[in-house]
Amino acid sequence: MTVAPILEIRKLTKRFGGVTAVDGVDFTLADGELRCLIGPNGAGKSTFFNCLSGQLAPTSGAVHLDGHDISGWPSHAIARLGVGIKTQVPSVFDGLEVRENVWLAARRRYNAREAKERCDELLTRLNIQSLAAHMVGELAHGQRQLVEIGMVIASDPRLILLDEPAAGMSRDEVARLAALISEIARERSLIVVDHDMRFIRMIAETVTVFHQGRVLIEGEVDKVLADAMVKDVYLGKQVV
Amino acid sequence: MRARRWRLIGFLALLLGGVAFAFGFPAFASLHATIQLTNALALALFALSLALVWGFGGILCFGQAAFFGLGAYAYAIAAINFGDTTFAWPTAILVPAAFAAALGYFMFYGRLSDVYLGVVTLTVTLILFQLFNSTAGPEYRIGDARLGGFNGIPSTPPLNVPFDGRAYLSPESIFVIAVLVLLAALFGCLWLLRTRFGRVLVSIRENPLRAELLGYDVRVHKLAAFTIGGGMAGLAGLLFAQNVLVNPALFSLLYTAQVIIWVIVGGLGTLVGPILGSIGLQYVMAWLGTLGWINPNLALGVILVAFVLFVPRGLWPLLVKVVTHGRRLVRGNGTS
Ligand SMILES: Nc1ncnc2c1ncn2[C@@H]1O[C@H](COP(=O)(O)OP(=O)(O)OP(=O)(O)O)[C@@H](O)[C@H]1O
Ligand SMILES: [Mg+2]
Repeated sequence: MTVAPILEIRKLTKRFGGVTAVDGVDFTLADGELRCLIGPNGAGKSTFFNCLSGQLAPTSGAVHLDGHDISGWPSHAIARLGVGIKTQVPSVFDGLEVRENVWLAARRRYNAREAKERCDELLTRLNIQSLAAHMVGELAHGQRQLVEIGMVIASDPRLILLDEPAAGMSRDEVARLAALISEIARERSLIVVDHDMRFIRMIAETVTVFHQGRVLIEGEVDKVLADAMVKDVYLGKQVV
Repeated sequence: MRARRWRLIGFLALLLGGVAFAFGFPAFASLHATIQLTNALALALFALSLALVWGFGGILCFGQAAFFGLGAYAYAIAAINFGDTTFAWPTAILVPAAFAAALGYFMFYGRLSDVYLGVVTLTVTLILFQLFNSTAGPEYRIGDARLGGFNGIPSTPPLNVPFDGRAYLSPESIFVIAVLVLLAALFGCLWLLRTRFGRVLVSIRENPLRAELLGYDVRVHKLAAFTIGGGMAGLAGLLFAQNVLVNPALFSLLYTAQVIIWVIVGGLGTLVGPILGSIGLQYVMAWLGTLGWINPNLALGVILVAFVLFVPRGLWPLLVKVVTHGRRLVRGNGTS
């Protein structure tokens, strides 16, 4: 890629006591790139995300976003720099209406009128306008995921992190989500974590595989998924 | 559209009803009843301050009485020293607000968990109680105002006509002021909760992590809400102090526990509920006190337990539910 990177990570490490969840990871994302991140349970994908969004402070290493070293910054400051994250466990405002959820996300960046327009537009785009006045806590899991994705993109972040966005969604919902993500990816940089390989194949060009806190392999989606080492890791055999 | 119209009607009714009540009540009621209701209104404002901080900011403050008491002391000390209560007003708001800001800074920026927050606020209140209790000697004075230890400040001046320290306001006028201050505070809170700040505050109560990930600084919002709540409680302390007296009991467990009960019974997460809950329970307590065969504090505990078990969302949400349900019944079932 000739495009300048939006994200450059050097030797990122996160330890929890004796557990090294992320172990000296180097990672580069080009501006406008869509990258998929896969790996077995406990590989360190979510921990990696949480270090990028500021929910966790890295033990060591550097995270450069757009030229700023953001390691150790508080989450709200990183968000203001243009990073939006959908966490693995859905994190929404359950006691508030769908519309209020998305409005709050948009209002951080836009004025009241723009935020309302942006909110209406997003609800339509996500095909949840009929749910606008429902409490998010009353919705089905897949719908809540959609609301959260709507909140993540409402402020037009430059870098979007989605941690298992397809989890708990029906086949139809997954297909629609894949279309939506491909659309967003035309204008934004994205990293998507998921275990659903059909979904990954729908959206991915480049895939990075995590295993035991390290990058196992990185490359074109078909090659990576066909790789014997990757298959072994997913079958539970210990490689490396 | 219809919701907006109803809201407007509600506002106007509340405003006009409140003003009419402010001027009408003293004309018909006895002086004693007027003064008693003034006290109840002061404490209702105190409840409103906690309703904002806890019900909307999600900050479980066990020490709201700290700001109430500080407001009362600040009022009395300022009024005695100035010989005029005009500038005692801002003093009674700003001193507790500043104290809340300092305490809040330490708590929110120190990332105290909710439980510790409750413990710290309660402890601070009890420390203030001890502190003011131990100011009995003549050496404990601020300017002309003697703090007076356990007995409190000896003659707290009542409110006077602005800039005329000798023209005391009548209890009737003070009653009008109390109603108007409470109304203004209520409308102020309603307005605040419709601003971006207020809506973000509620979202923080719902899910602080999400608010933070959206780019909102949770600490700043909580600190601001806590400070505003402190100022409001201080104002309540002023209204109470000028009518009753100023002593360390204002910092006691009695006030700090009572206000929590008023908010729970009235309806946590509402503004009108805690106001009504506070006024209602004060009269119930006073009435129970006249019976003689029952301990009002014990009764208050029983009321609290009954509400937590049977009306956990509180009086006001129940009332709203009954009214809307009734309206639907009248219109005929099934139509929306
Ligand atoms: N807060 C924490 N405290 C202690 N250990 C943790 C913590 N969070 C994660 N871990 C450990 O770090 C390792 C990586 O966890 P992580 O959640 O990042 O994996 P993951 O790749 O997201 O897995 P999954 O696919 O199951 O979501 C695991 O061994 C996990 O037990
Ligand atoms: Mg994970």
